Amino acid sequence: MSPLVLTLRQAPDQRLDLSPLLPHLLAGRTAAEIEKLALQTTRTPATVGDLFRLRMGDAARIRIEGAHERLDRIGHAMTDGEIVVEGDVGAQAGRLMRGGSLVIRGSAGPWAGSAMVGGRLEILRDAGDHLGGPFAGETVGMRGGAIVVRGRAGSRAADRMRRGTIVVEGPCGPYAGSRMIAGTLVLLRRAGPLPGYLMKRGTIVLGAGCDGLSPTFIDCGVHALVAMRLLSDFVAPLSRRAGASLRAPLRRYAGDMAVLGKGEIFVGTGS
Amino acid sequence: MRALTVKGIRIDDTFAEAFGMRATAVIITADSVRWARQAALSMTGFATSVIGCGAEAGIDRALPPKETPDGRPGVRVLLFAVSTAELQKQLQARVGQCVLTSPGSACYAGLDGEEALRLGNALRYFGDGWQIAKRLGSKRYWRLPVMDGEFVCEATTGLTKQAVGGGNLLIMGRSVHTALAAAEAAAAAIAAVPDVIAPFPGGIVRSGSKVGSKYKGVIASTNDAYCPTLRGAVKTALDDDVGAVLEIVIDGLTSDAVEAAMRAGLAAILRLGPKRGAVRVGAGNYGGKLGPHHYHLRDLLP
Repeated sequence: MSPLVLTLRQAPDQRLDLSPLLPHLLAGRTAAEIEKLALQTTRTPATVGDLFRLRMGDAARIRIEGAHERLDRIGHAMTDGEIVVEGDVGAQAGRLMRGGSLVIRGSAGPWAGSAMVGGRLEILRDAGDHLGGPFAGETVGMRGGAIVVRGRAGSRAADRMRRGTIVVEGPCGPYAGSRMIAGTLVLLRRAGPLPGYLMKRGTIVLGAGCDGLSPTFIDCGVHALVAMRLLSDFVAPLSRRAGASLRAPLRRYAGDMAVLGKGEIFVGTGS
Repeated sequence: MRALTVKGIRIDDTFAEAFGMRATAVIITADSVRWARQAALSMTGFATSVIGCGAEAGIDRALPPKETPDGRPGVRVLLFAVSTAELQKQLQARVGQCVLTSPGSACYAGLDGEEALRLGNALRYFGDGWQIAKRLGSKRYWRLPVMDGEFVCEATTGLTKQAVGGGNLLIMGRSVHTALAAAEAAAAAIAAVPDVIAPFPGGIVRSGSKVGSKYKGVIASTNDAYCPTLRGAVKTALDDDVGAVLEIVIDGLTSDAVEAAMRAGLAAILRLGPKRGAVRVGAGNYGGKLGPHHYHLRDLLP
């Protein structure tokens, strides 16, 4: 069965909340019911029917075409199925996601994959700040699942991450993996200053170094660890290049000694 | 009780009687086949019989790098015990003393069981606070810093309650040499069967036992009916042409695996023939009242 397709009619004149458009929420609904769903975030009403051309199909596979950076909260708390977005999206794509697959064939705004619990989020271009990170006041960021960003990521990627895996293939902004509690962050290109800032536990891999490591990370020498082979095999299906980058011996820094100090940053020996 | 003769070898019309056991499996890897096997041999060394060792263990098979979790050469070890608690205790002690200690080793779950046994979860405290847990998908690993780097150990491994221990073949030859030749052929054939082990030295046991003893507190003693030197002194089970008896004991993760192993062993003995190998094959049982699994030799003939 073909996917359910939503094609944006024109650029929206307000920010939209797309969180009702989830496979498990649309399952069993008729086209008329779906077109009546409200997506507005201002006092001006805006329904799915007003904004999108709907082509019915299997609600387990939703396709959003002609996307726009005002489309916020796509895949919010999704549990299963698949959403593919052709183009850019706004803030909080995949926030609190629990399962399924969300693919953004463009760039995502801030808080993509924020506090995600499970499933897989793939962003083919760039991600904004706070990738996988918590909102202000939340104590824990990403808690499971996997995020892959093919382009660059903004500042504080993987902030307060607790579990799960994030791979960024492009350059990454400052404070990557800040306040990490655990989990795995793999950055293939150069990271901004102070990666792992105040991290307690967890693993950060810097494939091409960073613009300044905090002096509270302690050099523990170059190692070819069995654990890196396991990690390599695990991330290879997400990013073949990330898998390959973990095969070489890596220099291990322990930190952040300003806090618990049980985290680690691995840096490629070529950088 | 003799029923038939196949290729000149007498096959007793009897059956092997086996018992339900708890079992688990682990995969041990290392930088080379040699060191993976060394760790496995140490772990399974003193594990011939639950009577004296607490567990029965052996190497199921060697695993090429492609089939191991970390892409290094490995071996799969099976461990059997009479209770879940004893199996957990034996697993922890054996992996802790023999695998953790072996250069370059890592240890992973070798079985998806209905229940889990603690593997790395029990050994992590060796890390003295420096241990690191790493969850990758559905699997959780412990990384313990050791003097050659890190010991990686999966958090848990599976437990099966479908395991069977005590499948056996009694191999009778004219001499020690021919009995051993037949037993070696059978042990080699059984080693190739998946999900089974023959826990005795080289897969062969020469001191088959009977239940009980004339001495108080001794639970098993020599199987005098099969001892050739007692032929005239006891109610012997041996014929005049039998000069030596060797036994193969088989533990398997399933009853089907034990049956397949006995079938393979019997076929190998028949292939060798009575001149170079066994003149008669029997099996050990307790009258069929103690163990729920019965393997009749006549059903296992090729």
